[in-house]
Amino acid sequence: MTAPQPSRAKFIRSAIQTGLKPLAERWGSFSRTRFGSVIARAFSTNAAWIFLLLIVLMFIFNFLAPGKFLTEFNVRSMAENVAVLLVIAVGETFVMATGGIDLSVGYVLLFSGVTSAQTMNWGGRDPTNSGWDVVLLGFVVAIGSGLAWGVLNGLIVAKAKVPALIATLGTLGMSWGLAEILSNGQDLRYLPTIIADMGASRVIFDKVPLVVVVAVTVAAMGAVILSLTKFGRYTVAIGSNQEAARRAGINVDRHLILVYAMSGTLAGLAGFMSLAIFTTTTISGHANDNLQAIAAVVIGGTSLMGGVATVAGTTIGVCIPMVLFSGFTILGYQSFWRDVAVGAVLILAVYTDQLRRRRRERR
Amino acid sequence: MADPLLQARGIVKNYGHVEALRGCDFDVYPNEIVALIGDNGAGKSTLIKILAGTEQADEGEIVLEGHRIHVGSPFEAMRLGIETVYQDLALAPDLDGSANLYLGREVMMAGLLGKLGFLDNKTMRAGARKAFGELGVDLQNAQSAVANLSGGQRQSVAVARSVAWASKVVFLDEPTAALGVVQTARVLETVKRIRDRGVAAVLISHNMRQVLEIADRIEVLRLGRRVARFEGKGATIEQLVSAMTGGIAEEGAA
Repeated sequence: MTAPQPSRAKFIRSAIQTGLKPLAERWGSFSRTRFGSVIARAFSTNAAWIFLLLIVLMFIFNFLAPGKFLTEFNVRSMAENVAVLLVIAVGETFVMATGGIDLSVGYVLLFSGVTSAQTMNWGGRDPTNSGWDVVLLGFVVAIGSGLAWGVLNGLIVAKAKVPALIATLGTLGMSWGLAEILSNGQDLRYLPTIIADMGASRVIFDKVPLVVVVAVTVAAMGAVILSLTKFGRYTVAIGSNQEAARRAGINVDRHLILVYAMSGTLAGLAGFMSLAIFTTTTISGHANDNLQAIAAVVIGGTSLMGGVATVAGTTIGVCIPMVLFSGFTILGYQSFWRDVAVGAVLILAVYTDQLRRRRRERR
Repeated sequence: MADPLLQARGIVKNYGHVEALRGCDFDVYPNEIVALIGDNGAGKSTLIKILAGTEQADEGEIVLEGHRIHVGSPFEAMRLGIETVYQDLALAPDLDGSANLYLGREVMMAGLLGKLGFLDNKTMRAGARKAFGELGVDLQNAQSAVANLSGGQRQSVAVARSVAWASKVVFLDEPTAALGVVQTARVLETVKRIRDRGVAAVLISHNMRQVLEIADRIEVLRLGRRVARFEGKGATIEQLVSAMTGGIAEEGAA
C-alpha cells in the first residue's frame, strides 16, 4: 500500500518542477531586465514582503468589513494614531542600523512633553491664550530636552562603552523618574489653544491632519538621509562592522553620538506632537512606546545586528500593528489580538533575517 | 640597489612583560614584493601594526623615503600612502563593493547637494568597476552586499580597496589564509599587479612555497628581530625554515 507513494511524490514533484520551470525561466530573464532587477532586488529585502503583507491585511479587513475599514475616517484616524510613533521609530531605525538600541525614546518623549508644557505654564500662569512666542519657546524646550537625553545616551554608549541596551535602560528610568518628579505625577492640562489647534488642524484639502504631514516629512527626510547621504552610509557601515568603519577613518564615536542625539531629538519632537494631539502630557500613556517603535523597526526589516535598515520598512512596520488593531476592533474582536499578531510577525521578521544571515555565512 | 622606500629601525614593542619586538629592522624597496616571514610569535603582525599605525612602537624609528615619520594612527598611514589588508578583512559585509572601496573616502555630489551630504554613487560605482577591473576582480553583481560574495571575491575587494588608495606600500597580512586554490592564485595575481603599478607590497605568509613563488625578497623575523634576508630567486625552503627556527646566526648579532 505504501509502495506507490514515493513514486507518486516524485511524480508530483516533477510535475511541479516542469510546471514551474518555464515560470522560473521567465522570472530569470525578467530579473535580468533593468526594471526586473529593481523588482528582484526589492524582494530580496524584508521591506517588500512586509509591504505585501500590509496590502494583504488591508485587503482582508476591507473584504471582511466592507465600507468600514478603508473609509476616509478610519484611514485618517489610523494615520493620526501612528504619527507620533512613526517619528520616534525613524530615530530608532538609525540607532538600530548602527547595531544599537534606544529603549529610552518613550520616556524621553514624555519628559520633553512635560518640560515643554511646564515652560509654557511658567509661574503658574494660564497659557490658554498665549501667543506664538510661548508656543515656540515650548517647542524649543521639547526639542532641546530630547536632544539633551539623546546626547547623553550617545556619550554613554560611544565614550563610556556601556552597551546600548543598558545605557538607554538607565536613561529610560532617569527620564521617566524626572518626568514624574517634575510633574508630581499630575498631567498638565492647560496648554495654549494654538497648540491644540495645531493638533486638530488639517491640511491638503482639509483632509490630512497636520501631525501626519509632519510625521511623513520626518520619515521622508529620514529615508533620504539613510539611503543617499554620507551620514546614512556611515550609519549602516558602523552597524555592519564597527571596526572596519574605524579603520576606514570614520569617527565612529562622534557618529554614534550624533545618531543617538538624532533619536532623542525626534523623541522631543514626538513629545511636542503628542502635546498637540492630546492637549495634555499623557503621563501614563508611553509605557510601551519604546517597544512599539523597536517592533516597528524590526518588522520593517532592520537587522537587530545593524548594518541593514530602511526607513520605508519602518514606516510599514509602524502601520501593520495599527491596521491589525483597527481591523480587529472593527470586526468586533478584542484588540489584544493585535498584540498576539504583532508578536508573531515580529518573531517571523527576525527569523527570516537570521535565515538570510545563516545562508550567506555558509558561503 | 635603490634606497629603501620604507624602513623600520630598531623597533621595540613590549606588551607588559612580553617582548614582541626587540630592536627590529625591516626594509621595503620601491616596486617589490617583499615577504615577511617568521614563526608564530616572531612579531610579524606587531611590526605590521606599528608600520600601519594601529600600534605605537615603544622605541625605534620609521623612515619613509628618507624622512623620519610618525605614524600615530591608521589614518595617518593612509595619508602617507600606506594601506593595510587585514587578516580579518575589515569590510562592512552589508555594504556593496563600491561602498566598501570608498568607505571613509566617499565621493560627494557636486555643488549644493554634495555640501548637504549627498553621495555620488554613480561616480563611485564607475570608479569601483575600474579599480576592480584593473586587478582582475570580477564582480558579477557590483551592487550585491559583500557578504554575498565568495571568500575569494571578498578578499579581492579588501585587496582592491587597499591598492586603490595606496601610493607607496600595501601590507597584506595572510591574505590567502582562508582561501581555496583558485582564489589564492587570483589574490597572488592581484599582489603581482600591485607591484606592476609601482607600489611596494609586503606579504606576510606562512606558506613558504607561495613566498618563494612571488616574493622578490624575503625578510625573516625571529623572536622580535630580523635574522636573515634573502633574494626571492635562489632561496630554498630549507634556508627559510632554518632562518625562522634559529638554525643560522642572527643578522648583525655578535
